[in-house]
Amino acid sequence: MIRVQDLAKTFGEFRAVDGISFDVKPGEIFAFLGPNGAGKTTTIKMLTTLLKPTSGTLTLDGLDPAKHQHEARKRFGIVFQDPSLDGELTAYENMDIHGVLYGVPGRIRTERIEKLLKLFELWDRRDGFVKTFSGGMKRRLEIARGFLHTPKILFLDEPTLGLDPQSRNQLWNHVKHVNETEGVTVFLTTHYMDEAARVAQRIAIIDHGKIVAQGTLEELQEQTKTDSLEAAFLALTGNTIRDENANPGAESLRQFKEMWKR
Amino acid sequence: MSAIYAMWLREVKRYLRSRVQIVASLAQPTMYLLILGFGLGPVFQQAGKGDYIQFVAPGVIGMSILFSSIFSGVGLLFDRQFGFLKETLVAPVPRAYIMIGRTLGSATIAVIQGTLILTVTVIAGFRPVSLAQVPLAFLFMLLIAITFAALGTAMGSVLKDMQGFQIVMNFLVMPIFFLSGALFPLSNLPKALSFLTSLDPLSYGIDGLRATLINLSHFGATLDAAVLVVAAVIFLALGTHLFSKIEI
Repeated sequence: MIRVQDLAKTFGEFRAVDGISFDVKPGEIFAFLGPNGAGKTTTIKMLTTLLKPTSGTLTLDGLDPAKHQHEARKRFGIVFQDPSLDGELTAYENMDIHGVLYGVPGRIRTERIEKLLKLFELWDRRDGFVKTFSGGMKRRLEIARGFLHTPKILFLDEPTLGLDPQSRNQLWNHVKHVNETEGVTVFLTTHYMDEAARVAQRIAIIDHGKIVAQGTLEELQEQTKTDSLEAAFLALTGNTIRDENANPGAESLRQFKEMWKR
Repeated sequence: MSAIYAMWLREVKRYLRSRVQIVASLAQPTMYLLILGFGLGPVFQQAGKGDYIQFVAPGVIGMSILFSSIFSGVGLLFDRQFGFLKETLVAPVPRAYIMIGRTLGSATIAVIQGTLILTVTVIAGFRPVSLAQVPLAFLFMLLIAITFAALGTAMGSVLKDMQGFQIVMNFLVMPIFFLSGALFPLSNLPKALSFLTSLDPLSYGIDGLRATLINLSHFGATLDAAVLVVAAVIFLALGTHLFSKIEI
């Protein structure tokens, strides 16, 4: 379903993704793990047409996302790592506009929005502006929105960041559910090793832009002679803490916006 | 089509919800109208050009449409930083539709803004010479709005932050405004200035507004409309191209 060969992306001198290869089979739940700044999000951006690769090939359902962007976009859904909601719209409006953009027909859209908002306990706040929501509520809304249409491939980029255990549980149950009932292929990243161990059938570990290991949970544990995914992960990527590049533009822009609004 | 409508509706909803901003954005054009209008009025009168308020009102309407459409086009920058842009960029909808929906939304907002300013000018004493031609004036307002909303979206697609936006404001938008003849007649200008004003699409927009509102035209209303349509098509094409190329 996803095939990646020798994929690389460089920003100036920096090789964010440095020649990675992997395959994700149809109907599989695939976890893509790595420390901060390892190249996970860059890879997802290339897979979802937001960035063009510097070199290498990738296909989604047989299509090259760099060439057949529009066709490729019909194949997948994504929950982004960072916010992608419109704060000036209500929760319901955010769901609705997503439904329109993804071509979910009117009546099904209304039904599903209600079902998903109830599932993620946002139904009571459906007419509240998203800018007034707490971090956890925004996150739940992003996730609910990601399930509004049924794509062939679902990308989840650190979906559980900032979620409470109840919501996490709800999320992974739902992921398993759509995977089992609708055969949705799932490509996920997370920093919570227990989650990856719980849902993923196969796991790839990326560090400094290179894949350092891939296989099933058992294979990874065997390879590193450890007894948990967490231990295997640390054995493969070391104990050094990584820094992520902050987004310097965002803060000044936020101030500008405040000023502008008066 | 429904995607274009959804994007249009989003822009308009956001505008209608920001009441404070609507009122605040009327302040600047109103100042131009009242202070310049009454301040330069006597000189204009002595030069034998008639009532300056009559002359400057279409210019101020055009100015408010220019600023409003460019600003909302550049709203793309906020969407980029606050994340919503990503959501629209990965959607299975041609990016041209997203761009056109946004641009039409911005243009609609600009026309509403222009209408509010028209009302202010009427309160201040401006009188269109013929009510029958007012619908034609709205056509020119729409053409100006689409042209510059498309330019705004094109700029928003290329710019990454607000510093860039400031530069564009100072070196592109302000010259477009000052060269348009919004504040002074385009006739009998020095050759170089006359040449520059004839390159500015807004000159034709404001000339079209004057032609329809006060029966005074430098280029002729037909040429005005033709130039604006061409400019709108060029900027829409440019905007669509640049918007399709956005990487995040």
